[in-house]
Amino acid sequence: MLRTPDQKPLVLMNNAGVRRNGRWLVRGVEFSISPAEIVTLIGPNGSGKSTTAKAAIGVLKPDEGWVERKPGLKVGYVPQKLAIDWTLPLTVERLMTLTGPLKGREVEEALHSTGIAHLARAEVQHLSGGEFQRALLARAIARKPDLLVLDEPVQGVDFSGEIALYDLIKSIRNQTGCGILLISHDLHVVMAETDTVICLNGHVCCRGTPQMVSQSPEYLKLFGSRAAKTLAVYSHDHDHTHLPDGRVLHADGSITEHCHPDDGHHHDAHAHDDHSDHDHADHLHGPDCGCSQHSRLQGFDTKETRRV
Amino acid sequence: MFDDFFTRALVAGIGLAITVGPLGCFVIWRRMAYFGDTMAHSALLGVALSLLFNLNLMLSVFIVAAAVSLLLLLLQKRGALSTDALLGILSHSALSIGLVMVAFMSWVRIDLVGFLFGDILAVSEADIDLVWGGGILVLFAIVYLWRPLLASTVNPELAEAEGLQPERARLYFMLLMALVIAIAMKIVGILLITSLLIIPAATARRFATSPEIMAVLASVIGVLAVTGGLFGSLHFDTPSGPSIVVAAMGLFVLSLLPFGRNGETETAIHSTHGGHH
Repeated sequence: MLRTPDQKPLVLMNNAGVRRNGRWLVRGVEFSISPAEIVTLIGPNGSGKSTTAKAAIGVLKPDEGWVERKPGLKVGYVPQKLAIDWTLPLTVERLMTLTGPLKGREVEEALHSTGIAHLARAEVQHLSGGEFQRALLARAIARKPDLLVLDEPVQGVDFSGEIALYDLIKSIRNQTGCGILLISHDLHVVMAETDTVICLNGHVCCRGTPQMVSQSPEYLKLFGSRAAKTLAVYSHDHDHTHLPDGRVLHADGSITEHCHPDDGHHHDAHAHDDHSDHDHADHLHGPDCGCSQHSRLQGFDTKETRRV
Repeated sequence: MFDDFFTRALVAGIGLAITVGPLGCFVIWRRMAYFGDTMAHSALLGVALSLLFNLNLMLSVFIVAAAVSLLLLLLQKRGALSTDALLGILSHSALSIGLVMVAFMSWVRIDLVGFLFGDILAVSEADIDLVWGGGILVLFAIVYLWRPLLASTVNPELAEAEGLQPERARLYFMLLMALVIAIAMKIVGILLITSLLIIPAATARRFATSPEIMAVLASVIGVLAVTGGLFGSLHFDTPSGPSIVVAAMGLFVLSLLPFGRNGETETAIHSTHGGHH
């Protein structure tokens, strides 16, 4: 790994929370991103992933806690949703220099590395979802940022394209040493190269390193051995459930008003830096391993189980 | 130099068309046509206030248009009603308050039709100085603000994240709109200002391959519309403001006709045959 722990982090979030219309979108977020570190945020829809990322880069101001950014931090941002009105004539080439000037060679390199050099002259409105996503990624990396923020970069990309994009993200990190903040709604598949996975559900539920799944039979079967080198599963256990009235039911049967990292119900609340020892890493889960993980994993995606 | 009223009208109209071209592009890219309308309608309130307090007409119109756009920003932040509904309320309230105020001022008689539809044939040399002076100011400001404005048109959060200041750019853009409306009112009138903003820009879209080209083309097409409209109004003895808008519409309809090789078919050929000579 290229991690250099003695370097100052690019972004440091301390107990940050964002509130809108009297409701906390996300609370108690604590993490940092160092140069050459890949941090992945996962969680269901509405869990505050995008909000957290926006607070990290200064688009949203935190309503509690604080966010510290390295002075002069250069950010490359790929937003989750970007609709360009048809009335705006914009080629891929012109998109590259949207927020700052670039040399022609830099544009070419970025388009080449994302595999869309042949589309330089195409209008962005004519691109497919995957091509557009690559164009946005090319734009973000062409400006050689210190911190690359990718909000669901693989949406609209087919599976082999997804692997290629993750490979690309990895090589960008290795070549440029920039920090990367990645957001994924896909709970099962996160990058093997991710240094830290942070699971959000209105707050930080848990965090740790992704498990390597190269030996996991169902992943090998599903994705093939080549893909398994790139893909990893982050084993996941929710120790509490959000009740409809906003209260929280914990695994020990108690109910509290909020779920805050310091309420004592979070098993890893004080183990933030202990990435290697996630308490559910004792086995890899298969379809028939017989533990209760899988129903919970699926329940995470559907609202039914959350409703209790 | 401009002793002929028609020459004066032509010079003022061309100056205005060049100024509004790039602004009009942002109006359609940002889907702000109704917003432009609202600011223009509020100009009548500015007219009433200028009569009541004996203020300079252009200054008063500028202040009211700017105030209405700031009010809209505030109301949008509260987020209770949709922007559409807010614009409808602001637009017609300002227009009606202006009309009611004028009716109360029994000592003044105003040429309402002149304000609503403009009177380009009555422009003075001082008006020409204002149009060209203000126009050059607006164009310099647009060039200066181009990158943050364009980036925040594509996505404000992206612009913000990458160090541009979209909120500031948006505020300046609104002030520029207010200035252009104050300048344009005398020439095309309150009701037709938006058409001069939108129609040339929409016509330019067909031929533009980049935002910058579209901005320049919108100015060129605006100049053609003003020239054609004014000569038409002289020839057919029709009102000048509406004639300019009709000419602009004619150019827009022409741009819809399927002539020549347009950009889209060319791209299609490229992508089907791969390499093209």
